[in-house]
Amino acid sequence: MKHDLKRIAAAKVRIMISTDTDILATAEAWARAGRSVALATVIETWGSAPRPVGSHLVIDGEGNFQGSVSGGCVEGAVVEEAVDVIADGQGRTLEFGVADETAWKVGLSCGGRIRVYVEKVT
Amino acid sequence: MDLATLAMLNAERAARRATVLVTDVTSGAQRLVKAADIADDPLAGVLDRQLRMAKSATVEVDGSQVFLTVQAPPPRVVVTGAVHISQAMAPMAKLLDLDLVIIDPRSAFATPERFPDVTLLAEWPDEAIATLGLDAYTAFVALTHDPKIDDPGLEAALRSECFYIGALGSRKTHGRRVERLTAAGFDEAAVARIHAPIGLDIGAVSPAEIALAILGEIVATLRGPRRASA
Repeated sequence: MKHDLKRIAAAKVRIMISTDTDILATAEAWARAGRSVALATVIETWGSAPRPVGSHLVIDGEGNFQGSVSGGCVEGAVVEEAVDVIADGQGRTLEFGVADETAWKVGLSCGGRIRVYVEKVT
Repeated sequence: MDLATLAMLNAERAARRATVLVTDVTSGAQRLVKAADIADDPLAGVLDRQLRMAKSATVEVDGSQVFLTVQAPPPRVVVTGAVHISQAMAPMAKLLDLDLVIIDPRSAFATPERFPDVTLLAEWPDEAIATLGLDAYTAFVALTHDPKIDDPGLEAALRSECFYIGALGSRKTHGRRVERLTAAGFDEAAVARIHAPIGLDIGAVSPAEIALAILGEIVATLRGPRRASA
């Protein structure tokens, strides 16, 4: 999986402070507005993960997103993967950690590991 | 997740009812279990345990990984007193994801100009609280200094399962409050639920600092201490 760093950087600019309460409401609102939507959820953490299990990130087909699964470290990679999930409709589990070359590059530098489930809202 | 499930989840949340979303992360199979239906679910035991902790988690069921998204109602703070401290609390509560409701029958205080974007009820606390209901996800805070307004709110809070009850006022003021509540039939254990003097002891002086001390104490009560004391 290659990451387009420019796209990730552009996406980060659109990060907004929002609570998990808002994220699921946002996912519903986006889906009702006719946007294709994926929902990412932190399902497991090890070590000092920045966001707790249950944290959500909502992503649309154009890479717009709200919420966070890691406080900014791996959101770019999750957004990239979410675009594929939206395209093929298949939910999948992603894992990030310092042992993982990808995560090292995108920087989950706190030393923790996280698993993120990404699913399409249909 | 299908949109109907997502919509039901959001509707239950808005109605302050707990749910657990059960997702098989291998197959993608999903079901939403309302709190009232947990007893009939095949995973009743584990769903009940996670809901009590208000904690989402991955669990193993028959060799496959199942993720439980636990949605406990968002914590709410009900305040009597549309005063300077509650004005400062409004933006802080929003950032903390606490739903704030302010009750004050004095219509000169309870104005939308002073409290934009806040649920503001210009009613007597006993009437307002009867409509609102106070549940185990609610904190109650009395800020008016006026027993006519604060006491009916405190009495309703003491009869409820509120996770936090606090009342503004000096030790002397609180002493008189304890006498009134005792006379009204509340025993020592009930009255001891009231945090007074209110708020963490951070030496708060300004209204915003007092608001911070109160919200800090509410968050501490909600989450519990994590660090071992030195």
